[in-house]
Amino acid sequence: MIRFARTLQRHWDWRAAGNFVFGGTGGMLLALAPFAGSDTAAMLATLAALALVGTGLLCVWLEIGRPWRALNVFRHPQRSWMTREAFVATVAFVLALSGLVLRSPALSWIAAAFGVAFVYCQGRILMASRGVPSWRPKEVVPLVLSTGLSEGSAVLVAALVLQADGVPTWLAWLLAAAVLARAFAWARYRAALVRDDAPAAAIALMQRMHPWLLAGGTAVPLVSVVGALFAPADVAPPAAFFGAICALLAGWWFKFVLVTRASQLQGYAFGKLRSGHPLARSRTAKQGRPGAAGFPEVLPGDNR
Amino acid sequence: MTRYAMVADLRRCVGCQTCTAACKLTNSTPPGVQWRKVLDVEMGEYPNAERVFVPVGCQHCSDPPCLDVCPSTATRKRDDGIVTIDYDICIGCAYCAVACPYQARYKVEKPAFAYGKSTPQEDAGFDEARIGVAQKCNFCVDRIDDGKAKGLTPGVDPDASPACVNSCIANALSFGDIEDPDSNVSQLLAENQWFQMHEELGTDPGFYYLWDKEKL
Repeated sequence: MIRFARTLQRHWDWRAAGNFVFGGTGGMLLALAPFAGSDTAAMLATLAALALVGTGLLCVWLEIGRPWRALNVFRHPQRSWMTREAFVATVAFVLALSGLVLRSPALSWIAAAFGVAFVYCQGRILMASRGVPSWRPKEVVPLVLSTGLSEGSAVLVAALVLQADGVPTWLAWLLAAAVLARAFAWARYRAALVRDDAPAAAIALMQRMHPWLLAGGTAVPLVSVVGALFAPADVAPPAAFFGAICALLAGWWFKFVLVTRASQLQGYAFGKLRSGHPLARSRTAKQGRPGAAGFPEVLPGDNR
Repeated sequence: MTRYAMVADLRRCVGCQTCTAACKLTNSTPPGVQWRKVLDVEMGEYPNAERVFVPVGCQHCSDPPCLDVCPSTATRKRDDGIVTIDYDICIGCAYCAVACPYQARYKVEKPAFAYGKSTPQEDAGFDEARIGVAQKCNFCVDRIDDGKAKGLTPGVDPDASPACVNSCIANALSFGDIEDPDSNVSQLLAENQWFQMHEELGTDPGFYYLWDKEKL
């Protein structure tokens, strides 16, 4: 197969990346907010999550060419994951704020589910971008989800350390599991890039990132956060905080690079040579007889 | 049913870019925007190197990825297979541009002209509605609709055919109804070897390339 002109896409820049960076973190933080501990902590976590999601959506709004038509984004829920993301975000905002105002745990729980759905939509947005080979593998969805979960739990850990509330054991383990899940998803994603013959520039960039992400995004958070569980009381908080920040920054760095630097386009290619009228070919396959519907039969030498 | 398709004979194309120029003139596209362009491709290695010219643009796919992702429904597919953009609805998110595997879509953020200040020709063709939104080849859909209203046949009568097809000096570009077994494009595809670009992506493009060398 001859391929050429696999250039870097320039349509989505840091503003689009900002939606994935802040939205992914905020969506999963919203999912974890009901577990934050005290009512005050849950409220602050919810507000922080909404602020992050809102910042991401603001980034997108700054990117679009006709910002005053932004509401048209809601017109295609049947097929567009961007529309679905917008709907999910809207519902999540309404539910989360209603949950806070009405002090309703049920609404907060439902909002949490929408937080996960929001991050899932982000993964599907990338997967539906068939023009960018490094975005479209199905393995990108679990990678986006696990990255968001790492970031959301990391923000919660860092915030609890700063508030001197103490990090619950389950949350530390959750962060550890999330970074491990991210490392696993990252390995599967990189294998998918090779399997799908993604542009060499994207694969090379991911390979260069790999040791840094593995060390800074997985090993350091894992050792720091799990170590904090068994460390003396004066060492544990800074260790957990450090690990959480590393997990957070690694996720943000990866998503920024994925959107803005590792997004080479499909390019152009010569395809497999065929013979015979294309509709005769497809209808022959469906009806089991050549030359269907008056179309010329497939010529001798057809290389199907 | 009708499905309009383009056939590009790579054995005929000489890379003169007349189609590119005709498209720019007809559609008044700004600098850097080429709804129709011709790639200059070098194949093989010395001493068996060869240049091939490949016209590209929107492939008017049967299953267009741009249509699926468009959040505003600005991108639509007509019953005759032509994929269009409603500039009055498009929000300019460029999701379609990253979803298109053919690099066919453009977005222009502000008016731009070839020599800084606009020429009378550029003034005549300038369309404010195209600023900040996605744009691409539409197979000169206005010419097709206008021609059909006059009883003309797209792909046969120049007044009902895309400008790039009319302008081609080598008769490398052909346009017509692929659902009609007697159309020019149906005959070309029946009598020649051809390929579709990126067929593995399942888009079923309405753009066929005639080629007869199994070098791929």
